[in-house]
Amino acid sequence: MRIAVLSGKGGTGKTTVAASLAYAVKTSQYIDCDVEEPNGNIFLKAVLSESEVVHVPVPEVDVNLCNGCGECARACQFNAMAVINKEVLIFEELCHSCGACVIACPVKAIHEKKRPLGVISANCSHTFIQGALNLNELMSVPIIRRLKEKMNQHSHVILDSAPGASCTVVNTIEDCDYCILVTEPTPFGLHDLKIAVELVKKAELPFGVIVNKAMNENQTIKEFCHENNIEIIMEIPFQKEIAVNYSKGLLPVQYDIEWKKKFNELFRNIERSLEA
Amino acid sequence: MKIAVTSTGQEISSQLEQKFGRAEYFIIAETSTMEFQVIDNKASLEAGGAGIQAGQTIINSGATVLITGNVGPNAMKVLKSGKIKIYRGQRESVEKNIEMFNKHSLEEIVDSVEAHHGMKNENSST
Repeated sequence: MRIAVLSGKGGTGKTTVAASLAYAVKTSQYIDCDVEEPNGNIFLKAVLSESEVVHVPVPEVDVNLCNGCGECARACQFNAMAVINKEVLIFEELCHSCGACVIACPVKAIHEKKRPLGVISANCSHTFIQGALNLNELMSVPIIRRLKEKMNQHSHVILDSAPGASCTVVNTIEDCDYCILVTEPTPFGLHDLKIAVELVKKAELPFGVIVNKAMNENQTIKEFCHENNIEIIMEIPFQKEIAVNYSKGLLPVQYDIEWKKKFNELFRNIERSLEA
Repeated sequence: MKIAVTSTGQEISSQLEQKFGRAEYFIIAETSTMEFQVIDNKASLEAGGAGIQAGQTIINSGATVLITGNVGPNAMKVLKSGKIKIYRGQRESVEKNIEMFNKHSLEEIVDSVEAHHGMKNENSST
């Protein structure tokens, strides 16, 4: 089973939930797809012994062949190229590696070169994998694609998504069996939860909501879920003990057997709901 | 001499726009006659690379001078390649800015602001 953990709003507890699941469920693989800020390993503490650089193809112009016609810049849908006074300017960080410029060039002056975008690291058993985008880069998707090629076909996979609902998240949840939407009872949490719900509905994926930092006096998320027939699959209370341990890099599942049981049960419930 | 000015409106009396790549209009004026044309900046709605496309628009317009607020790094690269001279406009009308340029009282911009500066400082245009 492949479970993606997303949220919309950042800081609601995606990593807390994803890492807790990975910790509680034996023989699962955890993949940190939040490549702008992978932090699952603060909790899971895997020894990262393997790494691989992720490259993307970007255009390079042979100035001896180029006639400065500008067809490449016109073909580019991402404004990654400009031709000024017959000189080609390439803005590599905007390039989506579509290859249109290569096709459009009438004199075959453009070829593609490899450009490093980020790094994937893993422990030796590949039960923990994370992607990290290089500083100043904009394009997360190629790294997420590469991460997903490394999904273990024979074990459960937990994908820890980036916040938001952009291409990064869409690519993370694609082909998953179930989505966990983590939120918090704040106006921002609710606002972004609604966007995340729209996304998973469009992707036609089964999903449930976890309310983190839950408190009795605030029922906004519960009311929304109730009105929209969305199942709340877990509540994690707003508790000082959890926050204090979190600040030390400790998850409730790592010091409290009850939480480990709860996450195990959560996983089994999801499994059962999908079988039904 | 043709001058391009980033503008919030379609009149020569319109306020200068501080953002370059995502300015709504460019006013291209002939300094000798003060005749002008208005160009809709299609790049203002682009998801990315607005400054690059806007830079090409300015170059294609035939202007050799640009008066604007802030220019990002990518737009700067394009404009420099096109040998466009860039001057920092004041929070005044397009017309007033051209007058100030003619009196040599505008400062030339040689360095770009950081990427996506205009998007972080929405208030800078007001």
